[in-house]
Amino acid sequence: MKSLSESHWGPGALALFLSLFLLVFLVVPVTKVIYVAFQDPNSGALTLINFVDFFHNSLFRESFVNSLYVAGMSVLLSSAIAIPLAYFTTRFNFGGAVLIQTLGIVPLIMPPFVGAVAMLLLFGDNGSVNLLLDDWFGFTIPFMRGLNGVILVESIHYFPFILINLSAALLNIDRAMEESAQNLGASGVRLFRRIVFPLAMPGYVAGASLVFLKTFDDLGTPLLLNVNNMLAPQAYLRVTAVGINDPMGYVISVILVAFSLFSLWVSFLALRDKDYATVQKGGGGLMRRDLRRWEKIGCHAVVVLILVMVLSPHIGLALLSFGTVWSFSVLPDGFTLAHYENVFRTATQYISNTLLYAGLAAFIDVVLGTAIAYVVWRTGLPGRQWLDYVAMGAVAIPGVVLGIGYLRTFYEFQVPIVDEPLASWWVIIVVALAIRRLPYALRACVAGLQQVSVMLEEAAENLGATKSRTVWRVVVPLMSGGILAGFVTSFATAAVELSATIMLVSQQSDAPLAFGIYEFMQSSAGRGPGAALGIVAVVIVGIATYVSHRIIEKGEKKRQAGAAIAAAAGA
Amino acid sequence: MTIAKSRLGPVLAGAAVIVAAMAAPFQVSALEDKLVIVTSYPPDTTVTVSKAFEKKFPGIKVEVLNKQTGASIKYLQETAAKNSSDMFWASAPDAFEVLKGDGLLAKYDVKVKGIPEKVGAFPIHDPEGFYKGFAASGYGIMWNTRYMAAKKLPIPKTWNDLAKPVYDGHVGMSAPSRSGTTHLTVETVLQGEGWDKGWALWKEIAGNFKTVTERSFGVPDAVNSGQIGLGIVIDFFAFSSKASGFPVDFLYPPVTTLVPANIAIVKNAPHPKAAAQFIEYLLSAEGQEVLLDPKIMRLPVNPATYAKAPAGFPNPFKDTSIGAAVKFDLKKSKGHYNVVSALFDVTITYRLEDLRAATKAIHAAEAKLAGKPNAEAKNLIAEARALVGKVPVSESQAGAKDFNAIFKTKRKKAKDEAKGRQAEIEREWDAMTKANYVKAKELATKAAAML
Repeated sequence: MKSLSESHWGPGALALFLSLFLLVFLVVPVTKVIYVAFQDPNSGALTLINFVDFFHNSLFRESFVNSLYVAGMSVLLSSAIAIPLAYFTTRFNFGGAVLIQTLGIVPLIMPPFVGAVAMLLLFGDNGSVNLLLDDWFGFTIPFMRGLNGVILVESIHYFPFILINLSAALLNIDRAMEESAQNLGASGVRLFRRIVFPLAMPGYVAGASLVFLKTFDDLGTPLLLNVNNMLAPQAYLRVTAVGINDPMGYVISVILVAFSLFSLWVSFLALRDKDYATVQKGGGGLMRRDLRRWEKIGCHAVVVLILVMVLSPHIGLALLSFGTVWSFSVLPDGFTLAHYENVFRTATQYISNTLLYAGLAAFIDVVLGTAIAYVVWRTGLPGRQWLDYVAMGAVAIPGVVLGIGYLRTFYEFQVPIVDEPLASWWVIIVVALAIRRLPYALRACVAGLQQVSVMLEEAAENLGATKSRTVWRVVVPLMSGGILAGFVTSFATAAVELSATIMLVSQQSDAPLAFGIYEFMQSSAGRGPGAALGIVAVVIVGIATYVSHRIIEKGEKKRQAGAAIAAAAGA
Repeated sequence: MTIAKSRLGPVLAGAAVIVAAMAAPFQVSALEDKLVIVTSYPPDTTVTVSKAFEKKFPGIKVEVLNKQTGASIKYLQETAAKNSSDMFWASAPDAFEVLKGDGLLAKYDVKVKGIPEKVGAFPIHDPEGFYKGFAASGYGIMWNTRYMAAKKLPIPKTWNDLAKPVYDGHVGMSAPSRSGTTHLTVETVLQGEGWDKGWALWKEIAGNFKTVTERSFGVPDAVNSGQIGLGIVIDFFAFSSKASGFPVDFLYPPVTTLVPANIAIVKNAPHPKAAAQFIEYLLSAEGQEVLLDPKIMRLPVNPATYAKAPAGFPNPFKDTSIGAAVKFDLKKSKGHYNVVSALFDVTITYRLEDLRAATKAIHAAEAKLAGKPNAEAKNLIAEARALVGKVPVSESQAGAKDFNAIFKTKRKKAKDEAKGRQAEIEREWDAMTKANYVKAKELATKAAAML
């Protein structure tokens, strides 16, 4: 953002820099890898034969359908979880709204494989819940079996995407809109359905499309639940089992990328030709209504129920981290602090590495995200949409593929001064994390920018502000909610990313948290310490999220106060 | 340590780095104060051993890189041009064979005395001198005692026992394509029972699977937590789980193989002296004793070390029944390595639902048949069983060189050419397997309806 404000580069130079960055760190490495999909495995010539093989294989077709089904159902279930939480906390005067918002984001900050371990212990066929059910009523419920398990874990893991983006959008809606609607006689459900929800649509679609995409190519969850008949696990299993030279894994990667881009395009279409920006920023957010007593009880009941459900992986993980032996029983046999003692004795380096990597990556992401959003939505450069498409394409690149691509592309490049190949220098992990999480930050920034009316910028420029001053003083502050949402999402998810880092960590001292948890979880004695490390991760990122929420709220209040003073002065 | 300290410097220098011209690389030091080991072993093993090693040789700092066996091979292959790893340390001998074949390992002659030539039927060290065995492992059945008691299941003694209907939905295993050690188990049974009978047995057992896990550790993990009752695992997973307090137990079925777990020096290792030191230590009486640590629990290759083992710890140098029934043929295994992996995945891992459905129907029909002689139904059931057990390729075809080439397709040069594509063949297998399973289910259901 400094470059925006202090230099006089035109948007063209900015776009050029962005394209270059994406080209070097995303397009080239991925192309190096997926090129294999178009290569005849025998002769090395270019061919489409691998795609023919793909669509002739009933297993692959089945995987494709399963992936679509799981992604679709996960969006539905996540919406059912996220919409009430977002609505209640932004629209009513509700005790502990910040706490709920923070707790609601906590599920994101656990590596999916850890979440699935905990969910299996609680909801698996011989998990606590089913053991109790079997004891009391003589039947069990297959929560975690097959695709159901994947849908449940994915929804609980990814619904925060909808929650964050929808909440940001709801907070950004101009109160005047709602007041006018009420003056015209709308209220209750009708008001929500016709005015509030449509105005918050960019946020919802941003979140829902992320849930769809992430679920569509999530690897960890199906693998841990041993569901193989989906596309991403098939790609991974092919690449890692058959070998790096097997084209089918890359064919699947190409299909994942293509399909993800397609669904993004559909979500663009859905939002096109509609204007969601509201001009005034005076009121700042929806009117908050006080609840009647019984309403309050009802809302709280719904919220508590949802929170218990979405926090169950954490409850399970906490039990595991304090438990001694937990085997075929409702609760662990005993409790101990030994696992935490073990972690703080041996694993603090993982924690500091993670804070450094995820912090840097999230910072890079919001800078790039804001810049890309601005170039795409506020300039008339030809082909600017491609920046958006390419950056979003990262969401569809399996981490393993990105990791292999980096190894292939950057191993020959020796970084001066540190004298190490770029591929094994820790900075490459930061770059990989930034690229992997850029789509989240970008969507949040775009949603933030879409709600800022162009008229405000025009007004600033009419008053004599330069382009860069307008961006720095008007656009960025007004979209700060979106930017912060992007930072939080990127930071929180980068802190627990595993699939790309597992390929890129070249020495123990560079390893981040998720890698450490993964390592611990590879041995019988390591389950407890692994869980303890997981809880540490959750606490760290939870605190970071809470603090940034407080900052948003403060900023919100300051703006409101400023607006009130301005209004008073005007009067 | 230096890495952690220098971390802030590069952040600040980051911008300068991009602009600066490529500086000439310079060597840091000639002293071997460091040792980088790539391994598939969990920290419980690596940390315990390297702590003991560092204590003995305080000048050397051990850096451990933990990756799955397959990922380790890939990592070493991809980074060979600028190798920064000193050693590779893992269980499956075939992984070492792959690296040896690629010319990525360095020869080394061990100086320590007292290690016999063979364990079971397997030579402990690579006869060509590239990798060294430091422990022995066998494969067997692990179970959760609470689970077995709650579900009133008998303890199986042989692989055949696992095929019994009573274990329906209670068994778990990893796939040979995912885990080198599982590949050995599958191969052992195939060699012990013969190709066709072996595959039929695997499918009968797999009909009782609840799950095929993605990682080899996924199996003991699931048994430990009680998600499954029985798992087919490598011995030390069970021993170390038991030592960590989990209610589990383990036995070796008669058909099993003892194979050495290995360590090797990587070619062009930056610290070859430290690496040699590590091998010598690991094979010394002192190093062998570390393997008996409750967190590791692996069978030492030095017979003298067993004197210090806890009561009940198996000793393959005394108890010759372990791993003696099969003479494992490494050459044969190597000859159809990838075909076996692919066959298992296509017919079992990815078609588990269909296989389970067919097996259930057969079990149900057989239960009905018991006590009611009906020749026609009996024939139908036999036919159904035969359909389930059928493998798409014969042993000789699976071992044929050209056929195997399709599954390797590592073209060394652009003009190398192989015939056929793996995806094409797997497509045929999949279609045939699915049709067989569906047909078998139909036949078994028809037989049951007659009774």
